[in-house]
Amino acid sequence: MSSTSARRATRSAALALTLAAALVATGCSSSSSDPGKSTSAGYSTPAKDLSASITYGVWDQNQVPAIQQNLEGFNKQYPNIKVSVNVTPFGEYWTKLQTQASSNTLPDLFWMNGPNIGLYASNGKLEPITGEVNAKALDPANYPPALVDLYTINGTKYGVPKDFDTIGVWTNKALFDKAGVPVPTGDWTWQQFQDTAKQISDKLKSQGIYGAAGGMDGQTTYYNTIFQAGGTVVADGKSGYDSPESQAGIKFWTDLIASDASPSIQQLTDTTADQWFTSGKLAMYWGGSWFRAALKDTALAKDITVLPLPKDKEQATVIHGVANVVAASSKNKQAAQALQVYLAGKDAQQQQGDAGSIIPAFTGTQAGFTKSMPNANLQVFLDALAYAKPLPVSKNTAAWNAMEADLLPQAFSGERPVADVTKELATKMDAALAKEE
Amino acid sequence: MATSTHGPRAAASPEMAAARPPAPTARRRPGWLGGPGKNAVSGSDGLWPWLFVLPLLTGVAVFYLWPILATAYLSLTQSGPFGGSTFTGFSNFTALVKDDQLYLSLANTLLYTGIVLIGVPIAVYIASLLNLPGLRFAQFYRALFFLPFVAMPTAIAMVWRLLFNGDFGLINRGLGLVGVDGPYWISTPTTAMIAVAIVGLWSSLGFSVIVLGAGLKNIPPELYEAAELDGASTWRQFRSVTVPLLTPSIFFVTIVTVISSFQLFDLLYAILGSSNPVLPRSLSLVYFFYREGFVNNDKGYAAAIAMVILVIIAVVTALQFRMQRRWVQDV
Repeated sequence: MSSTSARRATRSAALALTLAAALVATGCSSSSSDPGKSTSAGYSTPAKDLSASITYGVWDQNQVPAIQQNLEGFNKQYPNIKVSVNVTPFGEYWTKLQTQASSNTLPDLFWMNGPNIGLYASNGKLEPITGEVNAKALDPANYPPALVDLYTINGTKYGVPKDFDTIGVWTNKALFDKAGVPVPTGDWTWQQFQDTAKQISDKLKSQGIYGAAGGMDGQTTYYNTIFQAGGTVVADGKSGYDSPESQAGIKFWTDLIASDASPSIQQLTDTTADQWFTSGKLAMYWGGSWFRAALKDTALAKDITVLPLPKDKEQATVIHGVANVVAASSKNKQAAQALQVYLAGKDAQQQQGDAGSIIPAFTGTQAGFTKSMPNANLQVFLDALAYAKPLPVSKNTAAWNAMEADLLPQAFSGERPVADVTKELATKMDAALAKEE
Repeated sequence: MATSTHGPRAAASPEMAAARPPAPTARRRPGWLGGPGKNAVSGSDGLWPWLFVLPLLTGVAVFYLWPILATAYLSLTQSGPFGGSTFTGFSNFTALVKDDQLYLSLANTLLYTGIVLIGVPIAVYIASLLNLPGLRFAQFYRALFFLPFVAMPTAIAMVWRLLFNGDFGLINRGLGLVGVDGPYWISTPTTAMIAVAIVGLWSSLGFSVIVLGAGLKNIPPELYEAAELDGASTWRQFRSVTVPLLTPSIFFVTIVTVISSFQLFDLLYAILGSSNPVLPRSLSLVYFFYREGFVNNDKGYAAAIAMVILVIIAVVTALQFRMQRRWVQDV
């Protein structure tokens, strides 16, 4: 035990040192900032002829065409800023980024997500957007508040979202017809969901078709039910799993699996829930708005409609979105910030939305997304903004995400009681969270 | 190799070979650095040989020795996600010996290695079949066996994942035909490691067959003729001529298989998938290292695991070299 506390102590000492170093570094740079920059605000709109060459790091090749359109518009404003887009597949993106951050060679502007923002911001790797907000170049009020919060660390904002995603119930109407079960209306409770799933499974299981599928992934499944039951995943540096509300959120899924309304955890490991759905063997699938890409242009598309998530104590969905952030180590910070501001602007966001692959974050630019599958009622994902809660994260999210993935399946499979598993998870998670401080 | 093979000695039975004193390996040393042994006068070559191996040595130093030293240092530190480490002595190691995951992953790795090693006798058998005189399409079969070795592990894993699928996989369909209800191979804790090891065995087979095939070609055909004249059956020839004379190749293949099995990562990662519930019970040593270092961002602790893996592999290999004297023929 003493060795663990020693590890903890040295760790926090190291962290304090890095933070101190980061503070010193930012202090130095602000005092020696270039003369063209207003030191008080931290950001001023650069001169039209600002000449620079910057890099923009992203992970999704599908979005590059829309980004290129954005950059054309950007270069009309700033013809002498040359932007090269670096695409790194998601699997390697974070490993690469971590190496770049260690050697202070991050791209000038790059994509950031919720699970990682705490790690990078608290280690002084990112430039806050305080200056841009003070200069009125960026207005956080134009974006979903839950996501502005996600990118606010210790009261400092580091980015505004470029897009967002929420969760809904993707529904295959053809399978409802086959089972003779009416498609539910949008306003429904947990019990109604469980009953509907059970009815369909009972009717169609002989053909290998299920009503609904249990959850292996927090963002699309159990985080939502935990929020709906009034629980938390992580709050004030503590795990929320050891509470009756959060246990109810987990129990929703163990009940679904135990009632045979869902394939077993083993079946869902071999063939994931989205694969069950896209193979036409699952009637209801809890999935993100991004799942649209897997359905559009398939034979299944005509039978698809989206329902809001069912309610328990409250209505809730997880919201997440990617943000553009500027590297603190950038040598062309002004140019990078100019691009950050441009990409967050209404014109660029409208272009992104019309391209249809994502839901842009700027309020009022989202119509293009719903029109991309007009009969599927994608409006559900936009309406969800009213009751959306940010994806639960902390400084080292990955550490306790691994614990969730290790432990929760033991509850889902019925191997151990929910209360046991969540208690153990909460204890381990608290230890990991304590290490972060 | 062929020049030092003398008929009577090579035809000796394994029992006799075991009784013979260890081979005087030192007699080959002069040829090692200073050209042919006969002409080598100690020191006469000066720096020249070193100059020739310098390009290779530089590579080894930069890409192997230096990382080992750096990892050794890192294992004594507490390291942040973006570098910046503090020296903490042996605290990572004291925490590691108390970590159940270490023993679990060690046991899993040993199980995997054990199963993959079954591939060595299978490879000996296949290699000698392929070496049968008059076999048609021998080259084709050899290429066929070698294919898995050159295919990308991830691609292999994707295909096997489909084969192992509990509901829709070809393996369980096949078992179903003979009335066996196959398990959910990759999502049941007891079968997951076995499934991965089967793939590991299958994909290492090609390499072993090629190496052993080369070894077989070095066995002089006269020996078989002599054995045949003495009335030895095919099986007896295999046991008393082929296997003893193949021991150097078998030894090499065993060493390589053990070392690569201890480094099990990519197959496990790709076949089981990162969100598989059986994963915490199916960790291998390297996967354990990966999780600590790259998922949990505990680089110092991961470096300590890496040092443990290095020591284990070194000890196992040293043991194998010691035991080699007892069963490997000197040809």
